[in-house]
Amino acid sequence: MLKSLCNAFGVSGCENDVRDLIANEMQSLCDSIETDSMGNLICYKKGVGDSRRKIMLSAHMDEVGLIITDITNEGYLRFKTVGGIDPRVLIAKKVVIGINKVPGVIGDKPPHLNDDKADKAPKIKDLYIDIGAKDKEDAKNYVNLGDYVAFDSQYVEFGGNLIKAKALDDRVGCYVLIELAKNTYFHDIYFVFTVQEEVGCRGGAIAAYQVKPDIAIVVEGTTCSDVAGSTEDGFSTKLRHGAALSIMDRGSYSDIGLRNALYNTATAHNINVQFKQTTFGGNDASVIHLSETGVRTAVISVPCRYIHSPSNVACIDDINSCKDILDKFLTKEAALWSF
Amino acid sequence: MELLRRLCQAFGPSGNEGKIREIIKNEVKPYADEITQDTLGNLIVRKKGTGKKIMLSAHMDEVGIIVTVIDDKNYIHFSNIGGVKPETLHSSKVEFENGAVGVVYKKVEKPSKLADFYIDSFDACKGDKPYSVKVGDVGVMRGAFDVFGDFISSKALDDRVGCYILIETLKQISGSENDLYFVFSVQEELGLRGAKTAAAGISPDYAIAVDVTTCDDFPGGGKYPLKLGEGPAIKIKDNSIMCHPIIKKHLSDVAQKHNIKVQYEVLDVGGTDAGAIHTSGAGVATGAISIPTRYIHTPCETVSISDVKGAINLLTKACMEVL
Repeated sequence: MLKSLCNAFGVSGCENDVRDLIANEMQSLCDSIETDSMGNLICYKKGVGDSRRKIMLSAHMDEVGLIITDITNEGYLRFKTVGGIDPRVLIAKKVVIGINKVPGVIGDKPPHLNDDKADKAPKIKDLYIDIGAKDKEDAKNYVNLGDYVAFDSQYVEFGGNLIKAKALDDRVGCYVLIELAKNTYFHDIYFVFTVQEEVGCRGGAIAAYQVKPDIAIVVEGTTCSDVAGSTEDGFSTKLRHGAALSIMDRGSYSDIGLRNALYNTATAHNINVQFKQTTFGGNDASVIHLSETGVRTAVISVPCRYIHSPSNVACIDDINSCKDILDKFLTKEAALWSF
Repeated sequence: MELLRRLCQAFGPSGNEGKIREIIKNEVKPYADEITQDTLGNLIVRKKGTGKKIMLSAHMDEVGIIVTVIDDKNYIHFSNIGGVKPETLHSSKVEFENGAVGVVYKKVEKPSKLADFYIDSFDACKGDKPYSVKVGDVGVMRGAFDVFGDFISSKALDDRVGCYILIETLKQISGSENDLYFVFSVQEELGLRGAKTAAAGISPDYAIAVDVTTCDDFPGGGKYPLKLGEGPAIKIKDNSIMCHPIIKKHLSDVAQKHNIKVQYEVLDVGGTDAGAIHTSGAGVATGAISIPTRYIHTPCETVSISDVKGAINLLTKACMEVL
């Protein structure tokens, strides 16, 4: 399932394929599912407790990508980024364009023609996509301005329980939600799959407004920089150390009670858990916790190396840790939670 | 000024305003008709009236630091809560909620960003000590409360002075027709967050925020015309709001009528709770009273007592009259 989710095309604003895939899976697991005006998929599963509250679990369906802005006379495609992409990860990468999944390669001038810029990071405006077109007219047969572009990168399992794929941010969250929906819990659960997180947490805001949850937990893929050449104070999270709970980032200060409850759930059940140890970044929690009169919100994430690139790397054990912590919390602690 | 001293010296970085909330709750109890706390932790104190709903807002939180990493030698690496500047932190002391103290020092010769600093909290990071510090703990700058003539210097005058002005105003109000909501908000320094949800819950007709503003009447300053001791400022605009004409006019009419010395603030940067409130619901006519403050977001923020008294007078009179 995670493999199909990651391989699906779902750049922000164009989440249809991912949504269809998820809706198909959730149909039989939930009491009702609906797609709202913006494209969020909201799945409701009734709880079995007698004094039930509303818990919103949220993961975003969209991934970072590119969008076609111009076609040169020679038939090359100019583009802008959709969401945050470091230009250094782009050169010589394979991409697919538009609904017809036209294949292409991202190009730049070779170093010997690049004068003094050879060892500098490229600028997006200098890069182009080569789809093998003869000229502008030819290119127009395959692509249109405004077409979305996603990385062409297959899901692969490798090493010690690791996976490599594009879009683990945040298909890994979508996957965890689908797995959790196979169970029934005490409270009513809203499994919410949001759109356009990578371009400013847009779907999450209107989803929270509709659901009006009592508490919310955002399930994410997050930064992990435990790599060669970095030191512990810059790691953010560590691979193979379990799911990471956010304390504070640029978008929200997690509800301390909810954060601690999740942490204590993990330790009580001997599940690996860690804190995210930087304050960079932001996610749907930034808009959910400020919805209307406020929502107690926490964030739990799967560490992903090389995030926002064609090759995200995550550990299957960390994904299981994330799933298990939430499962145990929803089964036990949440039933006793004082809302 | 004893109340202001207690407010300023209490511990309350954004997201951790509990201690400030307790002080205020106890102080306003005899004067309030209703005291509530919302989901995010805003304290909402109501003085009932039959007329229009007016929301007054001052934020409880102060800037600070948050522990992100404790390394194997027990040194703390940290990030900011709100707009603390690296040069301000260098060689100063921070204090944690449990009383532990740390010294901020540089890792590199010429530091330029927060990551260039660490905190030495001695042995407070070893778990078995009474003052243990953990990842996720928050700290504030230490800055004593000193009074010199008309001037007060302390940490966290931003915005405990606003809280103080709201409390003193509440104490003086009697028989106002207006339905008054005194809001002591959370997480202003992280992006006006508390005021947003508070306004959504109250749906006020009008709102007035009370906060500090930049006063650079010192060597090397002079970009803005405000002066310390020349009276509280009626805000015209900042980067978060164009103040509503009704509020601007009301405040300046009241000032004129009661001979209260005021200044006017036109700011091209920054924001206050007013910014979040005025776009709430179908929109709220919102303005602000600003207290000119030197050295904002340092341990030695400085205000004038006469400006503070002027602000209490202005806000009280403004709340007594019908808008």
